[in-house]
Amino acid sequence: METVPLNNVKVVETPAGIEGAGFFATSLDKAVGLARKNSIWPLPFATSCCGIEFMATMGSHYDLARFGSERLSFSPRQADLLMVMGTIAKKMGPILRQVYEQMAEPRWVLSVGACACSGGIFDTYSVLQGIDRIIPVDVYVPGCPPRPEQIIDGILNIQKLVESESLRRRDSAEYKAMLNSYGIE
Amino acid sequence: MEEVSTEEKALTFLKEKFGGEILNVDSPYDFLTVTLKPEKIITIIKSLYDEQGFQYLTTLCGVHYPDQKSIVILYQLHNLKLNKRIRLKIPLPEDKPSVPTLTTVFPAANWMERETYDFFGVNFEGHPNLIRILNVEEMIIFPMRKEYPLEDQVREDKNDQMFGR
Repeated sequence: METVPLNNVKVVETPAGIEGAGFFATSLDKAVGLARKNSIWPLPFATSCCGIEFMATMGSHYDLARFGSERLSFSPRQADLLMVMGTIAKKMGPILRQVYEQMAEPRWVLSVGACACSGGIFDTYSVLQGIDRIIPVDVYVPGCPPRPEQIIDGILNIQKLVESESLRRRDSAEYKAMLNSYGIE
Repeated sequence: MEEVSTEEKALTFLKEKFGGEILNVDSPYDFLTVTLKPEKIITIIKSLYDEQGFQYLTTLCGVHYPDQKSIVILYQLHNLKLNKRIRLKIPLPEDKPSVPTLTTVFPAANWMERETYDFFGVNFEGHPNLIRILNVEEMIIFPMRKEYPLEDQVREDKNDQMFGR
């Protein structure tokens, strides 16, 4: 059987730090960011066709596992990333909000597709005109529906945020004020 | 001798028994449609159920005609044995639409009447649980009535010029 040489496997880059014989020193922020970034557990909140694109994204062809996100969490309590994919009716709004509130900090939100971002073609009395009216959103993925490549691009942008986030950000007054503006906590 | 169809029989039955209640008889797309006065509608449906075999309620819904200032309630009944259908329409005043509940004849009318209340604001007298069924509870309008706009009014970025509002 042919074996894959190890040097063909791409590993994440070492963060900036001081290296010497038998030790490596870097900041805690960077080490934690590196670990979090490459092991995001997404919670798929899929209501329509964008959810189908997400299924393709998770399949072997596009394979989100390459970015460390193959483990989906179907409980909000263990999830890091809320992926909202599809039209959110106003009646669904409180449920989405409850799911968000049940997630532990740190948490991120990815809004996939035109409907989740802005209501899309559903400019009507029964549809929420964008999930950012009820919960804060970190990254928006446009498209109707977006292709799996676009969803992966959205995840990579989330990874950039996760990697560079300061450990104290979630305790800051600014962050709390932002949550309060959504009426959370 | 030509055979009398079920629809004709039902129509003769209605004319004989409730002749004074009939406002109009039509047959769009070969579907017998009888417009009736709203007062005795439950008695009429009950007797169609008992005597003409229309024992299945296919649908019950509302239609708003702003020109005539009326909300029409539409009952569609089905005779499963003979596979024949009949449609009954009753016009109600737009400002205070109210009609007795059909749940006394068809328990299945419960959710249909709730839906009609939800979208048109029709009061079904005697309904066991007349609350909204599809829309959010906080909604203060009856969205299918023509005086209310279709679009969500919270949008500030969409205007007439760009989106044909």
